[in-house]
Amino acid sequence: MEKGRTRVDLFEYQARDLFAKHGVPVLAGEVIDTPEAARAATERLGGKSVVKAQVKVGGRGKAGGVKLAATPDEAVARATDILGMDIKGHTVHKVMIAETAPEILEEYYVSYLLDRTNRTFLAMASVAGGMDIEEVAATTPEKLAKVPVDANEGVTIEKAREIVAQAKFPAEVAEKVAEVMVTLWKTFVAEDALLVEVNPLAKVANGDVIALDGKVSLDANAEFRQPEHEALEDKAAADPLEAAAKAKGLNYVKLDGQVGIIGNGAGLVMSTLDVVAYAGENHGGVKPANFLDIGGGASAEVMANGLEIILGDADVKSVFVNVFGGITACDAVANGIVQALALLESKGEKVEKPLVVRLDGNNAELGRQILTDANHPLVQQVDTMDGAAERAAELAAK
Amino acid sequence: MAIFLTKDSKVIVQGMTGSEGQKHTKRMLASGTNIVGGVNPRKAGTTVDFDGTEVPVFGSVKDAMEKTGADVTVIFVPEKFTKDAVVEAIEAEIELAVVITEGVAVHDTASFWALAQAKGNKTRIIGPNCPGLISPGQSNAGIIPADITKPGRIGLVSKSGTLTYQMMYELRDLGFSSCVGIGGDPIIGTTHIDALKAFQDDPDTDLIVMIGEIGGDAEERAADFIKEHVTKPVVGYVAGFTAPEGKTMGHAGAIVSGSSGTAQAKKEALEAAGVKVGKTPSETARLARAALAG
Repeated sequence: MEKGRTRVDLFEYQARDLFAKHGVPVLAGEVIDTPEAARAATERLGGKSVVKAQVKVGGRGKAGGVKLAATPDEAVARATDILGMDIKGHTVHKVMIAETAPEILEEYYVSYLLDRTNRTFLAMASVAGGMDIEEVAATTPEKLAKVPVDANEGVTIEKAREIVAQAKFPAEVAEKVAEVMVTLWKTFVAEDALLVEVNPLAKVANGDVIALDGKVSLDANAEFRQPEHEALEDKAAADPLEAAAKAKGLNYVKLDGQVGIIGNGAGLVMSTLDVVAYAGENHGGVKPANFLDIGGGASAEVMANGLEIILGDADVKSVFVNVFGGITACDAVANGIVQALALLESKGEKVEKPLVVRLDGNNAELGRQILTDANHPLVQQVDTMDGAAERAAELAAK
Repeated sequence: MAIFLTKDSKVIVQGMTGSEGQKHTKRMLASGTNIVGGVNPRKAGTTVDFDGTEVPVFGSVKDAMEKTGADVTVIFVPEKFTKDAVVEAIEAEIELAVVITEGVAVHDTASFWALAQAKGNKTRIIGPNCPGLISPGQSNAGIIPADITKPGRIGLVSKSGTLTYQMMYELRDLGFSSCVGIGGDPIIGTTHIDALKAFQDDPDTDLIVMIGEIGGDAEERAADFIKEHVTKPVVGYVAGFTAPEGKTMGHAGAIVSGSSGTAQAKKEALEAAGVKVGKTPSETARLARAALAG
């Protein structure tokens, strides 16, 4: 099982595709990544289109990332403008060429999400759509209906009508919005989503309601029954080290410091980052370079993979290996470190960054002895987490 | 006494015949847990030998309960089948279900949690994605190493497995009444508040140590609960002060989103409730020692 990839946020076009698959009304559209492709795509839509930047950040319209194109040529020009544009730090690599919407009369908001606090799902709906829903929630909370949804009962048409009634949708669209609430729930469940959001859900001139834009986040833990989801992940956007770590099944997050961190267990690694950052305050402000949880197993191979990623990070000046032997015995971890270093050196990789190792818990003394006997010139041992963090920070500051 | 798990607990293991189940059943038995059976419909009627202890395998949780009086189940089945296993435990109305399995889909957890509630919470669920719980010297349900510490008067509740072990180790000379690993998933069964309430009511617990981490608002709600209902001293630790916004730190639930879920906000909420909060595990242990010494 690959860990650490817990939430997969999708692009608008991917959300649109999932909505379409489960019957949520959407406009036609296709995604492209070269300006020239906008021409054929626009021709397929009858000669005019909307060119929409695909970025996972709000406010793209204001930033100039959404433009109308009245002809195929204009679509190419607009796509040329938008591709490569920077929107709030996100580079546009893809645009969606979408069907132009009929005249929009009103804009609504609907979503389903996980409500952690109440340990259930939540439906949210508002007639004040089209804007940032967090702003609606903050300034006019009475305009945002929040209705808990029992995971096992789900959203029937009756439940959907209840949600729509609470949000006070106008009578002439109430039934249509309720139908969207049902198909959107289907999307939420069938795709193992953590969030499905339509904003705006537009009422257009002919009286239809259409999902004009949306957000979907998927639960990566559900990939065992969602084989198609892996293809939806945006591999281009990932940091190269994060991508390499993922390929090796490691739970790694790149940060911007100088002390490489390897530990076992998410909580202990998070704690290690903190302790290193505190120690860094006395050593020129050095900070942790990454989060890396090698899990309970911590075999030599996993240790070698982890070390390889961290030593490949040019920012890293020292490495702190912080292991509490619970189920894993420290002697196995120590052997893992020794073998990992040998493995890397045999692959011709230069290991020249100092490693500070702290082993505690199950068979700690045996583990420490193994490292002492191995006498690797780059490996230093410190018996406490605080002391080891201090030493690693000091080495990184040199 | 202890909380949720005592020397009288009769424990069954769902997934006992799998590799993880076998490994940990052996360890639980070695630490004195009264394991009365395993569950696997395909191997019902057989027994599994653990170093000379023959443990019978039953076809269902219900059957195992009827034949052995089991009141606790520890679930090691793979994530694909976890929901069905927990649902079976809830339907059988066993008192405690400890869900060790990691990587359970949120929709599955939401579903079995909703079922447990609909059934009137007759089954306490701990987890998923947790190390389980131990009442040292009495019983051990899950994967927490039994040899870190001994019986004592500190109660520990934590989202994180290895931080649980680290804190048990830091305070190993003092010992613990019970240590409960509740897990770091977005939806969990037993919460910090449930454990705090039980420790407050446990005559054999004098001090409570609570370990949280970034994400969600469970620690803030625990702080409100402590203010109103907990008279015993509580010492806290929150991991993830330096975690950046928007990056998930290992646990599915451990993510700072905007201004919510930060370690600083959690620390402040706990301190406002009179909880002493350490900056590091070792400082937290020092605070716990001082609090216990009065």
